[in-house]
Amino acid sequence: MSNQRFLGLSRRQVIRGLLATTAFGVTAKLGTGCSRSASEGASGADGSDSITLGFIYVGPKDDYGYNQAHAEGAAGIAAKYNWLTIVEEANVPETTSVEESMRSMIDLDGAVAVFPTSFGYFDPHILKLAEEYPEVQFFHCGGLYQDGVHPKNVGSYYGYIDEAQYVSGIVAAMTSKTGKLGFIAAKPIPQVLRNINSFTLGARSVKPETTTQVIFTGNWAEPVKEAEAANSMADQGIDVLTCHVDSPKVVMETAERRGIFSTGYHANQAELAAKGYLTGAEWDWTTVYSKYAEDIRAGKTLTDGSIPHVVRGGIKEGFCKLSDYGPAVSAEAKQAADAALAQFQDGSLVIYKGEVKDNTGKVVVTSAEELKQQDPKLEQMNYLVEGVIGSVS
Amino acid sequence: MAAEALGWWGVPLAIAAGTMRGGTPFLFVSLGECLTEKSGKINLGLEGTLLMGAMSAYAISYLTGSPWLGVLVAGIAGVFLGLIHGWLSQQPRVNDVAVGIAMIVFGSGLAFFLGKPFIQPSAPQLATINLAAAGAPPALQSALQISPLFLLGVAIAPFLHWFFKSTRWGLFIRAVGDSPDAARAMGLSIFNVRMLSVVAGSFLAGIGGASLSLYYPGVWTERISSGQGLMAVALVIFARWNPIQCLWASLLFGGAQALGPALQSVGIEQGYYLFNAAPYILTLIIMIITCSPKRTLTGVPGALGTDN
Repeated sequence: MSNQRFLGLSRRQVIRGLLATTAFGVTAKLGTGCSRSASEGASGADGSDSITLGFIYVGPKDDYGYNQAHAEGAAGIAAKYNWLTIVEEANVPETTSVEESMRSMIDLDGAVAVFPTSFGYFDPHILKLAEEYPEVQFFHCGGLYQDGVHPKNVGSYYGYIDEAQYVSGIVAAMTSKTGKLGFIAAKPIPQVLRNINSFTLGARSVKPETTTQVIFTGNWAEPVKEAEAANSMADQGIDVLTCHVDSPKVVMETAERRGIFSTGYHANQAELAAKGYLTGAEWDWTTVYSKYAEDIRAGKTLTDGSIPHVVRGGIKEGFCKLSDYGPAVSAEAKQAADAALAQFQDGSLVIYKGEVKDNTGKVVVTSAEELKQQDPKLEQMNYLVEGVIGSVS
Repeated sequence: MAAEALGWWGVPLAIAAGTMRGGTPFLFVSLGECLTEKSGKINLGLEGTLLMGAMSAYAISYLTGSPWLGVLVAGIAGVFLGLIHGWLSQQPRVNDVAVGIAMIVFGSGLAFFLGKPFIQPSAPQLATINLAAAGAPPALQSALQISPLFLLGVAIAPFLHWFFKSTRWGLFIRAVGDSPDAARAMGLSIFNVRMLSVVAGSFLAGIGGASLSLYYPGVWTERISSGQGLMAVALVIFARWNPIQCLWASLLFGGAQALGPALQSVGIEQGYYLFNAAPYILTLIIMIITCSPKRTLTGVPGALGTDN
């Protein structure tokens, strides 16, 4: 074999091949480069008015979970407003690659605001970019904004989905025959603990002897461990499962296979468990994103304070909702759940009101206290309430 | 409904069930890698093959309604990736580890790209063989639902052992892997033998992927393998290139995965991060026990990782 030849091809053929590949690559990039999903007649009609928003997800957009909920919200506003263009990128890890994604959305696509939705994007990635691009607004889902510490063009939004978890807990307790509920959680961080606690408090508000067994899998997406956890809990006589992981699909399907009930999280999973799906706590991001989009279009900014830095809401504000009840939910359960739902709607129900003990017997909310949802104490939750079997350490 | 709780019995039961459920992908990938490495090539790309197999099995099962066809297509997808690896890694001055890493990226990227439409739908699963009597407790029934793929894997392990030890073809593969010069003197085509070994190994890894998406946990998501393919490659070293030991090692790793969740479900609350890390700790412990400064790894194919 002569040295001048590579795989039996002459140099001329190799160069020609490389040129052809490059040309193809360039045209393909021009044709389909970024997943820009413009709504009809968006830009061009009145160029000054049209705005571009960027959305970044940590996982796939159709995972029946956290990312799907956000993508549905983004798709919702894209369909609603014809002056709006959205650019999206999925599967962006919580590393410097999210900075690259934000940069290209701002520099190349002209996004005036970006919504990096995953918890771990915030520190240091969003904070770094926010200082670099003071004219762009950064909205982060999760709740870490601190006034005076973080750049002025950073905002935070999150929903009190634990209200929906509370109602799910009521339905779960009324349906369970063994009085044992199961919660498969990723990591013991405040948002997760709050869901576990509200779910349990909801359950114990109707059946005080109910317990919730919690299993931490250690990470947001661990399909095999989630399935193992679901099976172990079914073996222990637990007959209603719920979860707080990125994609609840495995948990819902395993519960259905084991013939036990489940309540969903993030998005509606009723199709996955036709028999056992009771209800579920769902996000409704379209409401939140619509508000932001309209504010941004009206020229409001975070920097001058016309858009609040911290936006929070629950069932009342339309940040979250409940899935439709499944076939296994009894009439009394529906009644009890609807009653709680109505109280959340008019704002009369407070979940964390005294006296609440943690599961080691320590009083965490004294009988005089009434922690409203906005209370910053609740965002630093580091305990599991009485009735939860598990530990945060 | 599981009316009665199992209590502490749940832990050994979960581990036993975990060995069969979670061990199956490890088993197929490690057997495939064992075959490949016996011929003197390393295929790190099996992580990508595993994902590709999981995706194609799920997609075909969903589109045609036949999970067994899905298993077959998963194997064929493995063959396709194996052909690429087998050909590329045998080019002059090409390092097979580097090609393997490229194949991880290629296989997983291709699987993610083609698998986008299949994350949401539910595909028909492989039927399981129920060993428990109808009157047994539901927990036991669930644990004894054994996948036919697991039984297939258990059957392949001794077969492969016999194949290496007692057949002419097995001798060819070992000859190529241990001493390519001797094999060349025997009149063998090293390229063809290695190509066939890599392709057959990838076929098995593809089927391992099918067991992930069609048996346990039975979904297609992009995080489904979470490094199991790479761990299975390491298992082969741990098993000293012996197919029977690959079987035990896979079962051990499958069972170790179930340990963390099972212990938490009976109320062992402390140190779950430690229990979740059990598979890795186990590897370290056994490596320490079995290694000896006085001898090198036994059973390692002579030409493994060399350039000829």
